Amino acid sequence: MAKVLEGLLYTKTHEWIKMLDEETVEIGLTDYAQSELGDLVFVNLPQVGDEAVTGESIADVESVKAVSDIYSPVSGRVSEVNEDLLDAPEIINEDAYAAWMFRVENVTEKGDWMDAAAYEQYLAEEA
Amino acid sequence: MEQKTALYDRHVACGGKIVSFAGYLLPVQYSGVIAEHMAVRTKAGLFDVSHMGEVVFEGPDALANISYLLANDFANLAIGRVRYSPMCNISGGVVDDLIVYRTGETCYYVVVNAANRHKDVAWIQQHLFGDVQFTDISDQVAQIALQGPESEAILRKVAEEPCIPKKYYSFVDMGLVAGIICMVSRTGYTGESGFELYCRPEDAATLWDVLMDAGKDNGLIPCGLGARDTLRLEAAMPLYGHEMDEDISPLEAGLDFGVKMNKLDFIGKSGIAKRLPLTRKRVGLKVTGRGIVREECPVYLAEKEIGKTTSGTHCPYLGYPVAMALVSAAHIEPGTQVEVEVRGRKVAAEIVELPFYKKA
Repeated sequence: MAKVLEGLLYTKTHEWIKMLDEETVEIGLTDYAQSELGDLVFVNLPQVGDEAVTGESIADVESVKAVSDIYSPVSGRVSEVNEDLLDAPEIINEDAYAAWMFRVENVTEKGDWMDAAAYEQYLAEEA
Repeated sequence: MEQKTALYDRHVACGGKIVSFAGYLLPVQYSGVIAEHMAVRTKAGLFDVSHMGEVVFEGPDALANISYLLANDFANLAIGRVRYSPMCNISGGVVDDLIVYRTGETCYYVVVNAANRHKDVAWIQQHLFGDVQFTDISDQVAQIALQGPESEAILRKVAEEPCIPKKYYSFVDMGLVAGIICMVSRTGYTGESGFELYCRPEDAATLWDVLMDAGKDNGLIPCGLGARDTLRLEAAMPLYGHEMDEDISPLEAGLDFGVKMNKLDFIGKSGIAKRLPLTRKRVGLKVTGRGIVREECPVYLAEKEIGKTTSGTHCPYLGYPVAMALVSAAHIEPGTQVEVEVRGRKVAAEIVELPFYKKA
């Protein structure tokens, strides 16, 4: 069963969001996402300073079999990226919630997010 | 409506992630593509390949028919030996690639790609002549592949000496594996030492269980289609629909060893000849930049497009991404630095000798 952490927010496209403060968020992929993707071998992260736009592809991850786009759940400015993932994308498979991908500051638009309970429900129904 | 192979329940029980492939429901992975790939390279893996098609030619004109349909030479194929060949169309492109087992004086057992089975059967039936009986027995055959350095040790636990073929591309027709009648062949699609076992569908599940049990102390794990693809790519083995298709000639695909232009006429011979000298050829690419290169990516040499990739992936054993490409014959020199366009980005790569990986 895919792990869902309390205290995080979730998107329908299986990204998790951690509110670092009112205007800054940290984003990663959920346990369900990494399990569906399989062994990740490559991660393409945005650059610091890039503009994030809600609903638009901002990064991608590649498993042995296929590429998957990561959609930004917010609009804002990319403030940090997790460089550890560049050489070791498998960290995402090992611990999806510890493997943050990038942070966005000056967050304006937020998408439609679910809390842990709602995401669990969503996984049970959709997945 | 997809079909299940005789091993479907085993795949589900082993935790296989089932996908649709060539009209069948098969596992793409169990524990993970990388773990499965590495198991085959270092220990052993077990694959359900029952989806492959099997057809039989029997009769005084069996050899004549095979010789006409296929590009390779079969006149000197001895009973108990196997040989690979492309089967070509009139213009010299490839209808399918396959392997031929000589099972008797006038009997040949041919194994074709699952995705092409119906096409192949129709094509063959169109071209049969003389005194020959041709049957499609695909639904009466299940097939399991046991591949990896430990595969012989594992097989020896459940099969007697005479049932184990010694030489690569040889087989034992009616071997017994734990009492189950199998054709045991020393072939495979992984670049490792291994066997392919053909049995009746009703025996497949038992054979699977026997092998899994025999191999449990040797590190044997079940492997799916994902690992099957990364393994064959790492070993630079071509896949129909990628490295060759109806428009690509076997010589362009680098399958020279399977084409005997000096034998009597075969379908496609003049078509292949018309395409000489070659204007394009299959090459291997080692990705030196950042990115995974897959199929259908344009390949550039100094801003000029010289071809497209036909397959590509990250290689778990080698640790870097590779691809195979069909490029202009003027630019096939190993060491040539090229760029491959991947989703709008140019990734650096280098033409290298094939295969990428060769077992020790």
